[in-house]
Amino acid sequence: MSTGLSLSYVARNLIARKLTTILTASGMALVVFVFATVLMMAEGLRQTLGGTGLPSNVVIIRQGSQTEVQSTLSREQANLIATLPGLASDAAGQARLSREVLVLVNLPRKDGSGMANVVVRGTTPVGLQLRPQAKLVAGRLFRPGSSEIVVGSGMARGKIGLALGDTLSFGLRAWTVVGIFDAGHSGFDSEIWGDSGQMLQAFRRGAYSSMVVGLRDTASYGRFAEALAQQPSLKVDIKRENRFYADQSEKLADFISILGKTITVIFSIGAIIGAMITMYASVANRTREIGTLRALGFRRGNIVMAFLKEAMLLGLVAGVIGLLLASLTQMVEISTTNVQTFSEVVFGLVLTPDIVLDVLLFSILMGVLGGVLPALRASRLEIVDALRSS
Amino acid sequence: MMTRQLGYVVRLARKNMWRHRLRTLLTIAGIAVAIVSFGLLRTVVDSWYAGAELSSSGRLITRSEASLSFSLPVTHGERIRRLPGVEGVTWANWFGGIYIDEKHFFPQFAVDAASYFKLYPEFRLPPEQLAAFLRDRRGAIVGRKTAAKNGWKIGDQVPLKGTIYPGSWSFTIRGIYTGADDKVDESQFLLHWSYINEAIKAVLPSMADRVGVFVVNIQQPGQAAAMSAGIDSLFRNSLAETRTETQKAFQLGFIAMVDTILVAIQTVAYVVILIIMAVMANTMAMAARERMREYATLKALGFSDRFVAALILGESLSIALAGGLLGIALSFPLAEGFFRATRDLFLVFEITPSTIAQQLISALLIGAVAALAPAWNSRRIAIVDGLRAVT
Repeated sequence: MSTGLSLSYVARNLIARKLTTILTASGMALVVFVFATVLMMAEGLRQTLGGTGLPSNVVIIRQGSQTEVQSTLSREQANLIATLPGLASDAAGQARLSREVLVLVNLPRKDGSGMANVVVRGTTPVGLQLRPQAKLVAGRLFRPGSSEIVVGSGMARGKIGLALGDTLSFGLRAWTVVGIFDAGHSGFDSEIWGDSGQMLQAFRRGAYSSMVVGLRDTASYGRFAEALAQQPSLKVDIKRENRFYADQSEKLADFISILGKTITVIFSIGAIIGAMITMYASVANRTREIGTLRALGFRRGNIVMAFLKEAMLLGLVAGVIGLLLASLTQMVEISTTNVQTFSEVVFGLVLTPDIVLDVLLFSILMGVLGGVLPALRASRLEIVDALRSS
Repeated sequence: MMTRQLGYVVRLARKNMWRHRLRTLLTIAGIAVAIVSFGLLRTVVDSWYAGAELSSSGRLITRSEASLSFSLPVTHGERIRRLPGVEGVTWANWFGGIYIDEKHFFPQFAVDAASYFKLYPEFRLPPEQLAAFLRDRRGAIVGRKTAAKNGWKIGDQVPLKGTIYPGSWSFTIRGIYTGADDKVDESQFLLHWSYINEAIKAVLPSMADRVGVFVVNIQQPGQAAAMSAGIDSLFRNSLAETRTETQKAFQLGFIAMVDTILVAIQTVAYVVILIIMAVMANTMAMAARERMREYATLKALGFSDRFVAALILGESLSIALAGGLLGIALSFPLAEGFFRATRDLFLVFEITPSTIAQQLISALLIGAVAALAPAWNSRRIAIVDGLRAVT
């Protein structure tokens, strides 16, 4: 059985010095808050773009072009791809594939912070079938062969703020918003969809941007890739749809987490110093008490542990407060430019159990780092001197 | 009388400050860390905008109305040149090739070799190097910074994998430009638009004879708005409508795209001040609590409430100021190191006088706020209670 000092003794020490405890914990809580929001932001971006698309779909773009906007696929290439094995086919025996056109269009941000580059995707009825996650929440779908568009929910909310009945002019035409779709907080929510053929005409393009094909099942990716490799004249790159979009989130997510972690490390130095000041004061104020405890038979190790526990508890309290504050930011939605694709992306902040665990460990660690030196000083006090001190 | 009291306050505050040497040193260190990071974060935001501030106002950028991902026909250039008030026109395309891998990024532009350097006099290039570049269609001019980073010298071959223009490309370095001052971007890699254009005509005819942006030099910078409107009206209701703005506005447009991140950095800079305010307030609260009896004694001796409050404020401000000055002093070597570590990210990275002023004000604010609660408490407490207080 444990012979150390009880946890309630440790806790009551913190409660006895309310103001100091609150000040120290709030300083640390702010650091925890910054750390948590940064992790949540990177995670939100990863989930948004990583959750875009299905593993049973394949995106095909021109070799080396990296993004759909930079890619071009000719009609001949598209027709050849349609004949490859491994593709799912519909009731009529046609391969399930969608020839798509992607362009970036400048739209003003409502808050006056300049223009956003919004992805406008020309797609087909099959393309819509290939993305069952996109569900209409208002209005109706665009009619094929018309200048109608549907907008993702991210474009309807937030900074761009498009509404049903709005008209956008690009490609020398006015396009009417007839519907709003929601694709479960994925990257498609930041896009505008219309008819592929109409987009080709409006932008006077002779070639498609990319192709999306449905596989018979997720396992037939290998067969399809192999068949494609035997057509060297095609010169295309392929990726599973979910992988394709996940890869596009990497740079921005990395940037956010590197910047955020650097800032957090610097901040935590300040917070650790704060914890250290508090713990040193706690030791100095209780010199006689420590002497008494030692005289009663508690060992040096018990004293060290008691002070360390106090510091850890302080860190934990700060961690919980910081996390509570950070969890409120889940209501915030961020609209910014993805540096990798040069296009607007809307994403939320997401709190996951992993982040909660990381953040709590981090805050306890801050407490420990702040508490270890004062705890050692407390344990080194000689019983007689400590009892004699005023 | 007043001055004598002030002298007491200063001397007593100084003595009080060093009673808990370790605590004071820790607090000063904490404030210094906060002031340094505040200064660095502010400088990051400032530097981001610096590139745009520096660009010449006599240059306009014309691009496609729809967005930068659309190109314009090269024939637009001739029509812009004929417009009265236009001094010169050149054009550039984003090439976007990959050297080795994506981590070795540098900006590459396919430019009209004959006119480009006339419009960008701040790109200093020896005449014989320019002549060599004009002679070699597969030649390239590279900025000093990028050349140094990759260890290139004149005559080296640079292989690039095309992303927008498919295929493998190879260019020979014919010249290295330097900036007229240290505010010029020295990272660009410039190649012949005409060469790319001919090569692409064979594979992707739809991409031939297209231009990303036109750079227009106008005779009177004051006429920038009218000239921009004039250029755009030339192409209104055509297949390729244009949007013209000053180079500065064009660059600010890029910055606006990442403004969310800049706002986040700004916010974080202020949060750090709050954090350290809590730490400092804690220190002062502890010091005041320990000295409750002394303060009561001072009051019993006839010193006024105000004297005691001034004592606390003086101590707090001294600590904050010491930390603030240390932080400002540390900012300079740290900013230098940060700039060296992120060479490609910023053109300039200088701590501005306004940043220093803000650092100083923040430090004083921290000191003042930290003293508020203890000073207030010391006024409120009755002498008898203070003398009786147990610390």
